[in-house]
Amino acid sequence: MFRVKKGLDKEDHKQDAGKKPNASSTGLSRRKFLSLSMLAGCAAIGLPANTHAAPEFKGWPGSYGMLTDLTACVGCRSCEKACNMANNMPSPERSFDDGSVFNENRWPSAKALTVVNRYNNPGESSSPVYRKIQCNHCLEPACATACPIHAYTKTAEGAVTYNPDLCFGCRYCVIACPFHMPAYDYESAFEPKIIKCFFCYERIKEGKLTACADACPAGALTFGRRKDILKLARKRINDKPLKYIDHIYGENEVGGTSWLYLSSVPFEQLGFPTNLPSKPLIELSRGYLSSVPVIFTTFPAIFGMVYALTKHRDKEEKEGLNQQKEVDNE
Amino acid sequence: MSNDVHSTAQSSTSMEGFRTWFMDKLFMGMSVSEYSRSLVTPLNILAVMILAVSAPVFMMRYVNGLSTVIHATNEYPWGLLLSWGIFAGEPLFASGFVVAAAYYIFGIKSYRPLVRLAVLGGMLGYAFAGAYLFIDLGRPWRIYFPMVINIGPSSILFIVAWHVVMYLNVQLMEFSPVILEWLGSKRLHKWAVSVTVALIIGGVILSTVHQSALGAMYLLTPGKLHPLWYSSHLPILFFSSAIYAAMSFALLLAFVAVRYFKDKCGDEFISSTPFLTLSLGKGAALSMYVYFALKLLALAQDARWGLLFTPYGYWYLVELLGFVVIPMILFTIGVRSKNISTIRFSALFAVAGILLNRVNVNLIAFNWNMPDHLHHIIPPWTETVMIMAMITLHILVFRWILNRFPVMRELPEYKGAH
Repeated sequence: MFRVKKGLDKEDHKQDAGKKPNASSTGLSRRKFLSLSMLAGCAAIGLPANTHAAPEFKGWPGSYGMLTDLTACVGCRSCEKACNMANNMPSPERSFDDGSVFNENRWPSAKALTVVNRYNNPGESSSPVYRKIQCNHCLEPACATACPIHAYTKTAEGAVTYNPDLCFGCRYCVIACPFHMPAYDYESAFEPKIIKCFFCYERIKEGKLTACADACPAGALTFGRRKDILKLARKRINDKPLKYIDHIYGENEVGGTSWLYLSSVPFEQLGFPTNLPSKPLIELSRGYLSSVPVIFTTFPAIFGMVYALTKHRDKEEKEGLNQQKEVDNE
Repeated sequence: MSNDVHSTAQSSTSMEGFRTWFMDKLFMGMSVSEYSRSLVTPLNILAVMILAVSAPVFMMRYVNGLSTVIHATNEYPWGLLLSWGIFAGEPLFASGFVVAAAYYIFGIKSYRPLVRLAVLGGMLGYAFAGAYLFIDLGRPWRIYFPMVINIGPSSILFIVAWHVVMYLNVQLMEFSPVILEWLGSKRLHKWAVSVTVALIIGGVILSTVHQSALGAMYLLTPGKLHPLWYSSHLPILFFSSAIYAAMSFALLLAFVAVRYFKDKCGDEFISSTPFLTLSLGKGAALSMYVYFALKLLALAQDARWGLLFTPYGYWYLVELLGFVVIPMILFTIGVRSKNISTIRFSALFAVAGILLNRVNVNLIAFNWNMPDHLHHIIPPWTETVMIMAMITLHILVFRWILNRFPVMRELPEYKGAH
């Protein structure tokens, strides 16, 4: 039923690819759209109907996602190795077979786009929980909201990509990301850039699996259309309600993410931020953004009026003085 | 032949004229040797030492990358350099718009002697904010990218960038009459003065948006910034605190001018300083009451009272009671008893409170739920040296301008022109 992971057939992929909104190919994302419409103020003429009809963005239709089932992960780090090779990253200090890395809490960095961490399992101390960490590819990414140069794009395929040729290195995206994912390459003096998981964008466009999903021997990573893997996740919880906690992490967090997680241990014990709103973070700054044109239009009127009043008062005072003088002279 | 001699003589006198004009403007009428001797003072030697130590650090930043000089991590991409240079500095540099609006728009005539100094303080501060970005941006040579290469108008930082650039230009134009007087260009001066009011209103708008946008940048971080500091009111909190920061900064500038640049101050400036200090102190006290009320409103609206009784809550109370309420009360006492030195002390106190608030938002309360995050925020010595060098440069440039330009005095030929 779920044509996912290796079962994803190419035919289906191509068909859907044809139906995909062509927005990404023209480079006009909804975000840019909203932004432009904000700039244009009332110039709403010419916007496609759905911009008016659906102010809430529920993600690109048919975009891809990944289900990470933490109960299945065995901590073999095959995904780390595959990711390293697929992205031509430098070889790590400790080999991918070295289990000693689990003694520390690692995080994706400029040197590794994904890492697997080990956490204690409070229910069963003999079987720890492994968690693969990488960019979650939010449906409405805060990094893209934050970027003043629009270097980030949420593609129709689901990947949040980034163009280093535009980036000037302010690192507001690093501040804004609720999951601490973008890493900055501080060591480069001349070509520093953001480094993070890009969902193997080139590979998924060709209909291939991501490198990590392709490498996972344990069936912990399931690649597919987000709406399908969401159903799959729901089904797994329903089938084994005692095994899983009843929460698909990423379904609603910050408006939803393309990567979804299932776990037998509460997510806050695995270092997942659990204090996030369920709406996209852009919603939190939208009110402020729309107040800016208000300031621009009302302030000149208010302060201009105050200035006119001040001038008027001065003039009256002067005239009053002159009249006084005339009276005195007479 | 005689014609040739004549023209050479003329050009040599005009050269001579230019030379004296040049010496007069730059060396304050001293000869080169006199001027160089006047530079050897203990403070200047200290300044040179700081700059000398910082030079290799700056070189390291541009040759070996940011990681060699600042505590740049993915947890804290913005360190103390930006907290100090942008977030704590800019509220003070609202001085230009606050004092200029009081004089030009609200017609408070008594502010006239202070307008130029306050505008200069603002303009220079904004220019230095840009300089801090040249250090901190990963690729500073792309600093113009948000303006011309690609726009990201959904970004609050985009708004900040545009407003800082526009406001810097507006302030430069506001200050241009001073430069034109210094250069002696009457025609341009007349034109520059004629557009003042439009510029001031533009400056009020740009400054309002940009000060509030600095706070609005953190609206995107509900999961990272401690809930006591995170609030949907961040924009208005940053804006309203900038008002009293600016007033405090303006009255401190007036104090420094009268104390250390007395020979450059006109009689009107010196005699009006006590009154202006009192008046700005009153304004600062009032806007602190407003800020305090807004802080309480933010607490109440988000029902965060319970959090006050946690370690972060105590720290929050230190900031709110120790660095807002105490200077606020001191201001009130100073204003009521007309005690100028109390007002000056309160201003310094209030400015320290601004610094603490911005450092709290940027560093101390940011990523508060990350295990032992506090050790992340201590800057390496190189970052501290760069900050010290920037402060030194800021003071040197400020002093250079105050010594030469008619800022605290009026040139007789331009009397009453602004």
